[in-house]
Amino acid sequence: MAVCVAVIAKENYPLYIRSIPTENELKFHYMVHTSLDVVDEKISAMGKALVDQRELYLGLLYPTEDYKVYGYVTNSKVKFVMVVDSSNTALRDNEIRSMFRKLHNSYTDVMCNPFYNPGDRIQSRAFDSMVTSMMIQVC
Amino acid sequence: MADEALFLLLHNEMVSGVYKSAEQGEVVSAAKALEENGRCITKLENMGFRVGQGLIERFTKDTARFKDELDIMKFICKDFWTTVFKKQIDNLRTNHQGIYVLQDNKFRLLTQMSAGKQYLEHASKYLAFTCGLIRGGLSNLGIKSIVTAEVSSMPAYPDTGLHPKTPRSQPELKPRVRCSTNCATQVLR
Repeated sequence: MAVCVAVIAKENYPLYIRSIPTENELKFHYMVHTSLDVVDEKISAMGKALVDQRELYLGLLYPTEDYKVYGYVTNSKVKFVMVVDSSNTALRDNEIRSMFRKLHNSYTDVMCNPFYNPGDRIQSRAFDSMVTSMMIQVC
Repeated sequence: MADEALFLLLHNEMVSGVYKSAEQGEVVSAAKALEENGRCITKLENMGFRVGQGLIERFTKDTARFKDELDIMKFICKDFWTTVFKKQIDNLRTNHQGIYVLQDNKFRLLTQMSAGKQYLEHASKYLAFTCGLIRGGLSNLGIKSIVTAEVSSMPAYPDTGLHPKTPRSQPELKPRVRCSTNCATQVLR
């Protein structure tokens, strides 16, 4: 399960960022921020074609000792970044992909909401509850 | 299915609704009327813009990432147009320097209108929403653009007093959408 989920707009500012251990939030914000560089590198055509240019899922961006960071870019250049706990080795690529799919579907729903202005922070409760369902249950 | 008719009717009502709300009921001068017209068209275009943004997000959810601008324009011509108007764009031309001309020979939103010269000037009201739709879609995909539309009717019979013996079928209005993706100057109406 994810420890931190972030939705970054095309202009590289966060539309939605939430992490589970609510203390030490800054560390996750910083991690997401640094991962943006890696995302840009992966989607630029000049980089070596390590990632299939046509795919939306970017895969593992970079691992740290405690956490692994995954990325996903939509066609509208909105980036989803997910930080998962490294100790949770049972998490497979397919599960991460399906989590990103769910995120993308919810984001699309938020976008189609006529009361939502593109570029604002996401405040939808449905989106919140979907993200909560993906995150670790910390007691 | 009745889907197409629904959107067509909604769109027609939308246009007349916007114009009715702009009418003050007082006597307006010709200049003011022109200004009102411009404002209504802008309103319609902005509505289309927002709808376009949402639609594009939904349609590109499952497609692969776009390689370049031309790829995006082809997507608009084929998938996007098919999903919204149930047909593809008939002709796409470009000058490879940021200007694309999309030609639709049988534009769904205008086919129900009779083709007389007097209606041509009003056709722009009905194209504003679609222009906004394209502009919104492109903007969400990262392309700043200006979209203009023009309508040219089928080549009419020359006015020599000859009358065709057989009844002429309704000529179709052929709107052409011109998108110029010139990032240096973006004009926001």
